[in-house]
Amino acid sequence: MSNQEKHWEKSRGLLMITLAIWFIFSIGIFLFGAEMNEVTGPFGYPWTYWFTCQGSLGAFVILIFWFANRQEKIDEEFGFSEREDE
Amino acid sequence: MKSTNFIDNLPRVYGIYTGGFIGFIIIMAIAEQMGMTAKAIGIAFVAFTVFIYALIGWLSRTAQADAYYVAGRQVPTVFNGMATAADWMSGASFVAMAGGIYFKGYGYMALLVGWTGGYVLVASLLAPYLRKFGCYTVPDFIGTRYGGNLARFSAVVVLTVASFTYVTAQINATGTIASVALDIPFQYAVYIGLISILLCSMLGGMRGVTWTQVAQYIVLIIAYLLPVFWISNKMGAGFFPHFMLADEVARIGELESQFGFVKNSAADLATVPKGLAGITKAHSAVNATPWAFISLALAMMMGTASLPHVMMRYFTTPSVKAARKSVGWSLFFIFLLYSSAPMLATLSKLSLIDPTLSTGIIGKSIAEVQAIDWYQNWNAANLMFVSDFNGNGTLELNEFFMGGKAVVLATPEIAGLPYVISGLVAAGGMAAAMSTADGLILAIANAISHDVYYKIIDPKAETAKRLVVARVLLVVIGFAGATIAAMEIQGILGSVIWAFDFAMSGLFFPLVLGVWWKRANRQGAIAGMLGGLAAGTWYLVWVRTGGSGFLGITQLTFGIFGSAVSLVAMVVVSLMTQEPDKATQKMVDEVRVPSGKTILGKQ
Repeated sequence: MSNQEKHWEKSRGLLMITLAIWFIFSIGIFLFGAEMNEVTGPFGYPWTYWFTCQGSLGAFVILIFWFANRQEKIDEEFGFSEREDE
Repeated sequence: MKSTNFIDNLPRVYGIYTGGFIGFIIIMAIAEQMGMTAKAIGIAFVAFTVFIYALIGWLSRTAQADAYYVAGRQVPTVFNGMATAADWMSGASFVAMAGGIYFKGYGYMALLVGWTGGYVLVASLLAPYLRKFGCYTVPDFIGTRYGGNLARFSAVVVLTVASFTYVTAQINATGTIASVALDIPFQYAVYIGLISILLCSMLGGMRGVTWTQVAQYIVLIIAYLLPVFWISNKMGAGFFPHFMLADEVARIGELESQFGFVKNSAADLATVPKGLAGITKAHSAVNATPWAFISLALAMMMGTASLPHVMMRYFTTPSVKAARKSVGWSLFFIFLLYSSAPMLATLSKLSLIDPTLSTGIIGKSIAEVQAIDWYQNWNAANLMFVSDFNGNGTLELNEFFMGGKAVVLATPEIAGLPYVISGLVAAGGMAAAMSTADGLILAIANAISHDVYYKIIDPKAETAKRLVVARVLLVVIGFAGATIAAMEIQGILGSVIWAFDFAMSGLFFPLVLGVWWKRANRQGAIAGMLGGLAAGTWYLVWVRTGGSGFLGITQLTFGIFGSAVSLVAMVVVSLMTQEPDKATQKMVDEVRVPSGKTILGKQ
């Protein structure tokens, strides 16, 4: 397998993890919205309500930065990162 | 504004700008104390900010294609994040979102999740790859990846349908705000709004729009956050509302069960002015089925990743790496506003319905409520209404009606904040609507000028001529949008949501599979774009004309059906026809690594 194929395989792996986390916060937890809202969550808000106001939104922000850093590491590992002067 | 020196100076430039704007707010506050009228303050706020945007637009004028189409590809990560946030948050987000949460609660908050979660798809599936491609427009990517004028043209069609649906709503919003702030009839205000919009984009194209959008973001975020914090503190709800409103949310739930949601008769409701609604849904309880919530969130997420005016913002970053980070910053800046909207809705609702608060009106006598100054003002503006349906002389929860916009526009006044805040909010709403309108009009005009005119009709056209065509189109599309907006066909939010569905129906899979599936070919992409758009449009028309729909897909989520058809059509047709040639496959390989030259090079 060429260097480029390995790079792509690893990038695809990262994509799958990213999409799995995305799925949990955008879809997964809302399958149980009614049940989860019975429980008190962060800052005293009901759990589901908190996720729709802040939790999921904040999780997406963190997820994107985490993804960007991981992808940069993968690019560096295989020598595909951009030179600064480009 | 040509040197890289300007880029290095950006933090200083916008720092001074922000300080200047805060100074302006303080001057207005002092002027109010000295007797400046509310109307004069409103005019000053809107006129001053629009003048600044126009000035930035003029300073950013350019005669180079690279600057006009992609701001010279040198917009730093964080600033591009701010520009995208302004591009993204429309007049509807600013003015109507808190109102939607106020009236519909959980079911509506699917939009908050959808309009943020979509950025994960943008960052991981598309933005960095399209940046590597080095295209000017989204159809430019489709046209080159799949080859052929028909593929390129189909992408332009989908882009135009989606973006045009969206832009009329934005021009409508600028018109509404201009007509309230400047006190002129809506039919004229729409065109004043349009001229303000064109001043930002006409001379500098993407470069002008970028730097005005950053300026507009700063205005809109101050205008949104300042009242939320102020009201929260004034009500004694907590100095940092986001972390401290749990008691208020619980209290609303208590009051809801105490008052109960009494259903009004149709005859009673007929007397309520059009566009106003009462509180009929629980504030924080789960009031929608999982599928209703998830389908709406999913449609908005996939729509986000297909809307060209958002995607093209990531063409302006200096590198692929910067494009990825920039998506994160965009969402961070969006998060600041979106996470505040539910807090504003909570504060607004509690201040109105809690009888133990001085501002609470439920439980007071109808005559008493009708004598309140702010009630009279907002009743005259057709945004508030009370009626004694049961004839007991006391205002009940089901007898109080409000327009969605009133949550953002009226709450500061109800809470007793000085008028200067209302002027600030008007300027913020104007900034939000203008920045989105600019992004959209530019996306359409650029696609037609670059992809249809330059790439299909006259590939030998000189830069100067191309830019003239681009600017003429900008004006034509702007006027077309304003003319339709002046007819006031759809409410602001309805058409905004449709735009997402149209975009995802036609573009989501052709874009994503263009990067992630090498086997995708021209025939498949064309089938996906046109089939998806046609199927989505058919479903919308069918449901609107009394069709029952299926699988719980409504007129707000028709993109789920459209994109499913698009996916099937694209995969089936691709597999039935020849695989893409070696050169195309190699191009896809190239797109997948960040290093090296862009695919298209300088155009």
